[in-house]
Amino acid sequence: MHRFANPARFLRLARLIQPWTAAAMFACFGVGLYLALVASPIDYLQRDTVRIMYIHVPAAWMAMQTYAVIAVASLVSIVWRHPLADVAARAAAPIGVAFTAICLITGSLWGKPTWGTWWVWDARLTSVLVLLFIYMGYMALWSAFDDRQRAARAAAVLALVGAVNLPIIKFSVDWWNTLHQPASILRRGGPTIDPSMLKPLAVMGLAYLFFFITVLLMRMRADLAAQRLEAAAERRVMAQEVPA
Amino acid sequence: MLRLLTRELRLAWVERSGGAIALIFFLIVVSLFPFAVGPQPQVLARIAAGVVWVAALLACLLSLERLFQPDAEDGTLEQLVTHGLSFEAIATAKIIAHWLTTALPLLLLTPLAAILLNAPAASWGLLAAGLALGTPALSAIGGVAAALTVGLRRGGILISLLVLPLAVPTLIFGVGLLDPLAGVAALKWLAATTLVALSVSPFAAAAGLRAALE
Amino acid sequence: MSGFLAMGGYAPYIWTAYAVVAVWLTGLGLVSWRRMRQLEAAADALRAQRRAER
Repeated sequence: MHRFANPARFLRLARLIQPWTAAAMFACFGVGLYLALVASPIDYLQRDTVRIMYIHVPAAWMAMQTYAVIAVASLVSIVWRHPLADVAARAAAPIGVAFTAICLITGSLWGKPTWGTWWVWDARLTSVLVLLFIYMGYMALWSAFDDRQRAARAAAVLALVGAVNLPIIKFSVDWWNTLHQPASILRRGGPTIDPSMLKPLAVMGLAYLFFFITVLLMRMRADLAAQRLEAAAERRVMAQEVPA
Repeated sequence: MLRLLTRELRLAWVERSGGAIALIFFLIVVSLFPFAVGPQPQVLARIAAGVVWVAALLACLLSLERLFQPDAEDGTLEQLVTHGLSFEAIATAKIIAHWLTTALPLLLLTPLAAILLNAPAASWGLLAAGLALGTPALSAIGGVAAALTVGLRRGGILISLLVLPLAVPTLIFGVGLLDPLAGVAALKWLAATTLVALSVSPFAAAAGLRAALE
Repeated sequence: MSGFLAMGGYAPYIWTAYAVVAVWLTGLGLVSWRRMRQLEAAADALRAQRRAER
C-alpha cells in the first residue's frame, strides 16, 4: 500500500501522465462540444434546450463520482494512514463543488424553458443541492484547523459519515418528492435516450473525467509543494531556536 | 460510562439556565412564523409540523458547541481516557446526555408550540412521536459534528453547517409521519434513519475525539 | 451561422449554461495550474538554495 506513498514517486508519475490527460481533455471537449452543439438532433419536445443536457447530466455524474473519490481516499487515509490519500481528498473537493454547482446552475437554466420556472424541488435537483451543502461543510472543516494532521483526520471522518448518509438522503428526498409530486411535470431526458444523444453525452462525460484527473493532479502537486515549504519554514524556526 | 452520564446530567442541572435558553429559543422561533407568514389559522395549521421540526432542529444545535469543549479545555477528557474509558463510551454518554438535556425538554414543549400554531389536536401525538423518534438521530449527528470541531474557536457555526445537511432525512421522515397516506412508511424509515445514525455516530465521534487529543 | 447562434430561440438559456461551464472550469483549471507552478517553483528554489549552502 505504501509503495506509492513516496511523494517523489507520485510526482514522477503525475508529471508523466499529466500532459496526456490534459491532451485527452482538450480533445474530448473539442469533439464533445461539436457533437453537443452542432451534430446532435433536436428533441421534438424540448427543441434545442436538450443541448443543455450534454453539460448538465455529466456534471451530475462527476459530482457524485468526485464524492466517491473523496470517500475512498478518506477510508484509505483512516485505515492505512496513507499520506497521499489526504492530499487527494482535499484536492478533489473544489472540483466536486465546481461540478455540483454547474449541475445546479445548468439544471436551473434548463428548467426555465422546459418547466417554466428556474427551480423546482425535483428529487434529483434537491439531492444535488444537499450534496453541495455537504461539500461546503467538508471544505469549511478542512480550512478551520491550523494543524494539518488534525484537519485531515476530522475531514476524513466527516467524508465517511457523509458517504453513509448520502444514499439515505437520496432515498429520503425521492420519497419526499413522490409524496408531493405535482400532477403534471414534463419529464426531462425521458426513459429512453436516443443513441444519437448518447454519443455526445458519453464524450462530454469523458471530457469532464479527464478535466477531473488533470486538475486533481495539479492541485495535489501544489499541496505537496506547499507542505514542503511549510516543513522548511518550521525547520528554519527550529534551527534559530536551538542556539538560543 | 453510567457515572459519566450521571455526571453530565448533574452538571446540566447545575447549569440549567443554559438549557432553558434553548427552550426559549425554540418558542421564539416558533412564534416568529405567524409574524412572517400571517396569523391566518389555516395557514399556520398547514405549516405547523414543519415549523416545529425546523425550530427543534435549530434549538438542538445551540448546545452542541459546549458538548465536548469544556471537558477538552480543562483536561477532563484526557483524564477520562487515562482512567480507561474508551472514546466510544465517552461519545455515547455525551450523545445520550445531549438528548436527555436538550431534546427531551423540547419534546415536552411541543404541545405548547402546537397550540401556538393552531395545529389540529389530532396531529399532536404524531408530531411528538416523530420528534421522540427523530431527535436521537439529531443528537447523534450533532455529537459527531461537535467531536470533529472540538478545540476550534468558532466551532459553533461550523457545527451548524455540518449537521443541517445530514439531518435532511430525519426532517423529511419526521414531518412525513403526519401524512395520512404515507405515515406508516415514514415511521419505519424514521426509525431506520435513527438506528443508522445511532450505530454509526459513536465510532465517528470517537474518531474525532481521538484526533483532537493526539 | 445565425441560426446556430439563435439555438431555435433558446439562445439565452443554452449559451448562458455553456458559458457557466466554460468560465467555472477554465477558472478552476487556471487557478490550480498557477498555484502549482508558483508553489513548485518556490519549493524547488528553496531546495536549490539549501544545497548551495551545504
